[in-house]
Amino acid sequence: MSNKIFAAVTIAVALVLAAVTQLIPNEYFFSAAYTVLLFVILATAWNILGGYTGYVNFGSAAFFAIGAYTTVFLYNAFKAPLAVGIVAGTLVAGLAGLGLGYLTLRLRGVFFAIASLALAVVLYIFVVNWDYVGGARGAYVIQPREIPFGLPRYIHLIYAVQLVMAAFALVVARAIEKSTLGRGLAAIRDDELAAECSGVPTLKLKIFSTMASCALMGMAGTTFPYYLSYIEPSSAFSLSYAVNSIAMPLIGGMMSWMGPLIGAVLLGSVQQLVQVTVSSAWNLLIVGVLLVLFVTLAPNGIMGWVDAWRRRKGR
Amino acid sequence: MEVSWALLANAVIAGLLLGGFYAAMSVGISISFGMLDVVNIAHPAFIILGSYIAYIVNDRFGFDPIVVSLVVSPLFFLLGAALYRVYYYCFERRGQESLRGLAFFFGILFITEVALVLVFGVDYRMVSTRYGDVTWRAGEVDFPMRLVVPFLVSMVMVIGVQLFLTRTFFGRAVLAVAQDQLALRLMGVNPVRVKELAFALSIATAGVAGSFLIVIQPVQPAIGREFIGLVFAVCVLGGMGSILGTLIGAFVLGLAESFTSTFFGPSWAPAVSFGLLLATLAFRPSGILGR
Repeated sequence: MSNKIFAAVTIAVALVLAAVTQLIPNEYFFSAAYTVLLFVILATAWNILGGYTGYVNFGSAAFFAIGAYTTVFLYNAFKAPLAVGIVAGTLVAGLAGLGLGYLTLRLRGVFFAIASLALAVVLYIFVVNWDYVGGARGAYVIQPREIPFGLPRYIHLIYAVQLVMAAFALVVARAIEKSTLGRGLAAIRDDELAAECSGVPTLKLKIFSTMASCALMGMAGTTFPYYLSYIEPSSAFSLSYAVNSIAMPLIGGMMSWMGPLIGAVLLGSVQQLVQVTVSSAWNLLIVGVLLVLFVTLAPNGIMGWVDAWRRRKGR
Repeated sequence: MEVSWALLANAVIAGLLLGGFYAAMSVGISISFGMLDVVNIAHPAFIILGSYIAYIVNDRFGFDPIVVSLVVSPLFFLLGAALYRVYYYCFERRGQESLRGLAFFFGILFITEVALVLVFGVDYRMVSTRYGDVTWRAGEVDFPMRLVVPFLVSMVMVIGVQLFLTRTFFGRAVLAVAQDQLALRLMGVNPVRVKELAFALSIATAGVAGSFLIVIQPVQPAIGREFIGLVFAVCVLGGMGSILGTLIGAFVLGLAESFTSTFFGPSWAPAVSFGLLLATLAFRPSGILGR
């Protein structure tokens, strides 16, 4: 399937899904689905750098929060509408990714991983000390009174927007995966030195994939302040975003765009269930345990099982 | 703002005392990350675990937390050996340490933190010691005992590790692993065994450092991740795999943090280590004593 057809189909499916599910009477569905979709975007974005290129980003929460706080900033400064926040948050997060990548991607991959973690903490402290966006107390973002398309509540809109953005993230991830660029990234992942020697412009490709990955993470965060119409640093920078965006691609499978989608939908739904029925601490423990179990025992994730099964059937 | 000498002297002393403690936290990372090339980002989780064990025993029986940590350090040693075994068989042997190995340690860090939250909650815990509230005063300069005691024990530990690595046969084998594993194999030594014991040693130092932490400040499970940047910053700043460099890096960081919290406010102090780390990575990745 060519990229254009895939894009058209995915976006169309997302729009239809967004329209049809509006009929669901249960309000809880929308907030649960919003969270799962948020993880779909984060996992897909993480996988562009982690799965395709082989560089671990521990700072997902930082880029997510950059998106969220760009929205808050624009809202405080100009009462900017959501659409402006989405575009600006995506761009700012992409620029932050570019900066981090430019500084650390020349070194071994480990240093990028540690620096991404460091960035999350520096930004957290920065936001806590920045009163304009609420500081440690947090900030309120009022949901607009009029909601387009005659939707009953704002969460319905946020959910639909998130659904379309998730589709967009999948389209971008698949386009990168299937392009020459994606092959360059795979070459870096498998043997960076060999790739460099064969004329792959490794640094350029790495910086590009970091930028794309971080921009999408920022995009996931832009709607977040509107979700509860309140945001505070420790929820925006929560470590659970970092863990989930690593665990989901690892559990789903990192080699294709489908892996993070499967991982995010599965793990995201399980977490929503556990959070309601047991508690949120247990739900985080489950994510951690699943991450360690999969990474030690099934390194290729669920898609790895599917591939193995296909190969066996083909023989 | 007028800077008084007393304020300056206090900031220097506090920074040096804090630096000694940072050296104890980071010496394990210098061994595992600097020498063995095992990127153990779960190191701070073991520090926090050490804090909680010291807390439990201190709370029940009133024993001194530092003594407790020295007594239980063999357990941490065994834990470290087991952890390295899993790491080796699942990742290092298959050449997957760069991505999956990192994710593995991240998972371990996260599980430890959440498990501690489930058992102890998110309340800050502290220990009671005889020296906890004592402060020596030399002129206008304060020497709080809750910093001095961990500083002294930590110096003994770091110097002990350095002597062990340079003076004993086994310690030299660890240094040899850091330099050239293949050569070691050709000499008939199994590098995996050496790495296992060295990694175990690094986890044991983390457990002891945990008891220093809870003597110095109240501890709750989530503070571990703030130290990830700190220990790596010290290790990278000093130069990878050099214990002397780690000591220097720790003092530099301790002083920088102490000055930041004295002159800009304590809420900025945690950003110092990460800022220093980013700056070191960007401008001098080989560190102060790096080759």
